[in-house]
Amino acid sequence: MQHLGFSHQKLRIGSFDFTCCEGCQLQLANRESNLPDFLNLLDIRNFREISSERHDDYDIALVEGSISRPDEIERLQDIRKRATVLIAYGSCACFGGVNSLKNRFPIEEAIEEVYGDHKVETMPVRKISDIVKVDFSIPGCPVSKKEVERIVVAVATGSVPSLPAWPVCVECKQNQNTCLFDLGEICLGSITMGGCDAVCTTGKTPCLGCRGPAEGINYPALRQLVSERGMSLDELDEKLRFYNCFTTFTDGEEH
Amino acid sequence: MIYKVIAKDNFRKFIDVLVRENLSYGPRQVDTDAHGEPVYQYKEVSSADEIAFDYTRTASSAKHLLMPFREEMSHFSFRDDGDWDQDISYNAEPRVLIGLRPCDISAINILDDVLLNGKFPSPYYLARRKNTFIIGMDHLPLPDCFCKSLNHHTVSTGFNLFCSDIGDSYYLSVNSSKAYSYLQEFSITDPTDEDNCKLIERRKLIKHSFQTEVEVTGLPSFLDIEFDSPIWQKWGDRCLNCGTCAMVCPTCYCYDVKEEPDLDLRGASRQKQLYSCNIVDFARVAGGHNFRPGNGDRLKYRYYHHYRGFAENANQQICVGCNRCGTACLSDINPKDVINDLRMEKESCITCVLPSPPRT
Repeated sequence: MQHLGFSHQKLRIGSFDFTCCEGCQLQLANRESNLPDFLNLLDIRNFREISSERHDDYDIALVEGSISRPDEIERLQDIRKRATVLIAYGSCACFGGVNSLKNRFPIEEAIEEVYGDHKVETMPVRKISDIVKVDFSIPGCPVSKKEVERIVVAVATGSVPSLPAWPVCVECKQNQNTCLFDLGEICLGSITMGGCDAVCTTGKTPCLGCRGPAEGINYPALRQLVSERGMSLDELDEKLRFYNCFTTFTDGEEH
Repeated sequence: MIYKVIAKDNFRKFIDVLVRENLSYGPRQVDTDAHGEPVYQYKEVSSADEIAFDYTRTASSAKHLLMPFREEMSHFSFRDDGDWDQDISYNAEPRVLIGLRPCDISAINILDDVLLNGKFPSPYYLARRKNTFIIGMDHLPLPDCFCKSLNHHTVSTGFNLFCSDIGDSYYLSVNSSKAYSYLQEFSITDPTDEDNCKLIERRKLIKHSFQTEVEVTGLPSFLDIEFDSPIWQKWGDRCLNCGTCAMVCPTCYCYDVKEEPDLDLRGASRQKQLYSCNIVDFARVAGGHNFRPGNGDRLKYRYYHHYRGFAENANQQICVGCNRCGTACLSDINPKDVINDLRMEKESCITCVLPSPPRT
């Protein structure tokens, strides 16, 4: 194809799921109005949600989900070997995600609670970059299709894909929302990467940080203001751990 | 300027007709906060009943109605012959803004200075500004309003109509022929001596009701002297870099521009987003160098821009004293405390032992 004065090849991609709900991959088929244009940029080699064809020759691997079984490790390593570029796709892949909640309990207890008599082999949840090298991350629960489109276009046209540096507060204020702290809620918007158009806070649901930390966040200041306002630090911790996105900041803290 | 008086019920009828006929924005209650206080925003209104005439302050300013938070500046289409077309438009539907406070109108006058009266006027801003009909309303200052310190508690230009509350009526300052001809239909009268007295009393009441004062005289040179003050780091340590202050501010106009190819690769768009100098990548340049990597540095430059000024706007202070930033900041960073802190630090300096220069 020849556009914008340069030619490009369709991106040969494979989309793979590990421990997750497959909701992020489903986003690839979202925004139907421009889906033909989107798919026109891609040569989908492997993606079980939309095609029964399976090929192992892909350049870009989108990896959704976290790793919670030994066989997943092997499969992931195999994908890494085949792919030139591996993208951690969605919050589970980038951070461990909601699945990581089980890491807070003894593994036997978690297996007993979830599977009862039908025990399966499972281990504490790990993010993709704990196992293999990750070239780029697209966070979100689920990912934003618009952002995925932007990144795919950047890769297809040979420019550098980027993620927003600003936190959720920017888009939240642009939407003229009332700050959830003013409504008595603890919200992680000020430390969470924007780009989601503040979809949760616009719906009056506090941000739980699914997109992970924004660049250069001031985590101690958030802790301090929650405490100064007489709000619960336990509740803050609960929210910080929801998607397991803030371990860099929370690990090593006394609770 | 022409001065008239209108009974409040007639004024309401006037507003109702205006609002029903035009795209209009006015203060509306959007929430009740955790303390039971109403939260207001400038929102689209379609009848006078939707307008909260007795509102206190909107959480966010009205600037986005003249300068949207996000806007496509132009779109490029690539033709098969290798050439390209640029699609650019400066059209703005006529609109009415109702209930702006003097500080909000002053803010728009400052934006005019920056975006219209400089070397490179913005056609985007011009289109909206020229098609906007502004009705201002006075109010008693809130405990944290400090517009009087910056001389923005009154305003004499920048609006079509300004309403001062004199009891059962509004004392109108009519600043445009359009406003005057609209009003003809709504039994306006010439102000009587009593009305004039009431206006003077109203202005006195407003002037004497301020509870917050920020000493800004000589502030530009003071800021120069305090460039290396530890105060910046102290407040910077509290700053979340979240950009909230700039978003709600009526005069923060800095923006970011990005160009992105369309999904079908047959065109591209140039998009603008209002941005904040407190955000970590504001001063990052090609190659990755960041001129202002520290929170304190970025906070300092925001205050410099607001209270010291830029050459583009003749070094005037662009803060109008609405304290929306201070109200919205989760970390309680507000101009009053930062500036007082800075002055206190120097004025109470005990290490300075130099005597004053002798009088000659």
